Amino acid sequence: MSSYHLDHLQYLETEAIHIMREVAGEFERPALLFSGGKDSICLLRLAEKAFRPADIPMPFLNVETGHEFPELISFRDSRAKELGAKLIVRTVDEAIAKGHAMPAPGEVSRNKLQIPVLLGAIEEFQFDCAIGGARRDEEKARAKERFFSFRDSFGQWDPKAQRPEIWNLYNARVNPGENMRVFPLSNWTEMDVWQYIRREHLAVPTIYFSHERDCFRRGGQWLPVPPPHTDSTKPDPYAGARPKPSEPIKKMVVRVRTIADMISTGMIESPADSVDDIIGEVAAARVTERGTRADDKASEAAMEDRKKAGYF
Amino acid sequence: MPNTQHAIELLRFNTCGSVDDGKSTLIGRLLYDSKSLMEDQVEALEKSADITGGGQINLANLTDGLRAEREQGITIDVAYRYFATPKRKFIVADTPGHVQYTRNMVTGASTANLSIVLVDARQGVIEQTRRHTFIAAMLGIPHLVIAINKMDLVAWSEERFQEIRDEIEDFLPKLDVFRDVKFIPISALNGDNVVDVSKHTPWYPGPTLLAHLETVHIASDWNLNAFRFPVQWVNRPNNPTDQALHDFRGLSGQIASGIVRKGQQVAVLPGCIKTTIKDIWTYDGSLAEAFCPQSVTICLEHDIDISRGDMIVGLEQLPGMSSELHARICWMSIRSLQAGKKYLLKYGAQTVQAVVTQVEGRINMDTLDLEAGPTEFRANDIGVIRLKTAKPIIYDGYTTNRLTGSFIMIEQGTNATVAAGMLFPPTEAVKPEYTDFAI
Repeated sequence: MSSYHLDHLQYLETEAIHIMREVAGEFERPALLFSGGKDSICLLRLAEKAFRPADIPMPFLNVETGHEFPELISFRDSRAKELGAKLIVRTVDEAIAKGHAMPAPGEVSRNKLQIPVLLGAIEEFQFDCAIGGARRDEEKARAKERFFSFRDSFGQWDPKAQRPEIWNLYNARVNPGENMRVFPLSNWTEMDVWQYIRREHLAVPTIYFSHERDCFRRGGQWLPVPPPHTDSTKPDPYAGARPKPSEPIKKMVVRVRTIADMISTGMIESPADSVDDIIGEVAAARVTERGTRADDKASEAAMEDRKKAGYF
Repeated sequence: MPNTQHAIELLRFNTCGSVDDGKSTLIGRLLYDSKSLMEDQVEALEKSADITGGGQINLANLTDGLRAEREQGITIDVAYRYFATPKRKFIVADTPGHVQYTRNMVTGASTANLSIVLVDARQGVIEQTRRHTFIAAMLGIPHLVIAINKMDLVAWSEERFQEIRDEIEDFLPKLDVFRDVKFIPISALNGDNVVDVSKHTPWYPGPTLLAHLETVHIASDWNLNAFRFPVQWVNRPNNPTDQALHDFRGLSGQIASGIVRKGQQVAVLPGCIKTTIKDIWTYDGSLAEAFCPQSVTICLEHDIDISRGDMIVGLEQLPGMSSELHARICWMSIRSLQAGKKYLLKYGAQTVQAVVTQVEGRINMDTLDLEAGPTEFRANDIGVIRLKTAKPIIYDGYTTNRLTGSFIMIEQGTNATVAAGMLFPPTEAVKPEYTDFAI
């Protein structure tokens, strides 16, 4: 093997940096979707590598369902501050109050409600591109998505009319009102993400590591018990997501493998309290990462349907 | 650290063949037998087997990701899969075989180190086989595997295997040269010679498909010859408080070929300005040298006006610079290509207007000959055209450089990507009359 040689992480890194710079070169008003989760943590490091010593030439954007783990929010805020970036947060609550989003009767998860909020933010700031941390190994519909994923003026993805992507030549052209979602981590696996976090010594929110938490069993998963409802002047935001009398609460040693919000994130029992431990666990894992996501279990085509409607 | 940190290589490959040659089944088999599948994936597979498959697990369901595909039992778009063995990591592009989806194969194969062309042992070589092998050759994929599948249905006949092999070897010389071609007899459905050695092929001395994927030499697949650096983004911090940052002016991009060293003389094109590499800046510190395909930020000795789309090149083996281009293209749009029509042409980090001045000929997929006469290309046609661009572009022949010898064509208005183009080598290299530098 020659010395002019990249290992797999270096290869994935240079590919992702190239894509980030294409975004900066081709779009007028890009944004970077940053949730504080492990994938978007990698995105931020790649943005530093792509654009330093200059400032990262795009704001960060996050859509809150209102059911977030508090650890995630504080991590997100402090990391954005550390990097000197502008962080824009839009919430499902706001969108409901303004009448831009309507919860379906009886539906607890706000996963689908993120769609109008995201599209609203794109319109409000006239973003022509949003960089996201989605990976193709996560899910079957994602496996078919391009690096540069075109969305029409309704934010819709049309899997049958995707632009062919050849070599590293990305067609980034959009007409006014249309936009592009760009996924620099498309070729990364869950293992690659953790190995990159280790190699780059990246901090991650504490909920990825083993901790004690009250959980209850529902739909074959351990769900976290939501925080108590204190403000009785407002309806309980977690109504429907609280354990029923038939669902006993158990104190457990758990961590998250993938983070949605509190309602749709299954906890896994794990003693892993370091990145090395997590890498060991991923190597030995027998279920996929999204196997712990209630939002994807709804139907076999759940992700496909959400993406067509404008999901991340 | 408990986990081994030795460098693991990444191999990118794609599978192609016609409908029902068993491409998706083959990938399913590779994932299944290399134990790359997770319990919930197997569970979902079993669940769909109960509903639609009469109880039999269908490995193709692993890759046929979209509902429309599962219902129709076909693959409509490129799907990417990831798996790893202790020896290598793999990115698989599953590219469909329908004649109308040649564009997907070009998409999936353009970044591959290796292509697997599947042949149904019963049917032998058909137009699709020729088409896919031709495209793999045209795209300059270094390694080719011809997997002769469904050998169980021809009673593991060595003669049948040899017959198909001979037929393919007959037309291989017509193609651009592959560095290495391997023929492997397999049964994707039963797993023979995919991951595990088959008991049915004592006459076949070669490796299984996975063993070949794990060991084929790919370290020299990247082009380390002539230095080419398309400037993607100009890095100007303009920091008013930090003097060092205030004056920083870097040129960010990914090295498309070759090696660059600090202190080396380079030329900036199209301005033809000669200067020296002052620094190779990265987030992880300055480098003494950098190579393809690293992404770096180059600082030059002189403050030259450079923008996105310019190219920094080594002084040896200069590229061509012309607005008259001669190229092979794969047409990908349902609206046909016509001489005289204007398109946008994106190459490197540059987009220019271009007009098709001549349609020279179209490849006949049965004979693989270039036939003169057509005035237009329809979707999935491959042929040769001449183009004129609004300003000169800097390029190499595709056969010497996949990244500086390629372009895409974009239809104005719809912004659809309508063609993938591969340039013939320039008739002459740029003869620069250098300005040493100018401010």
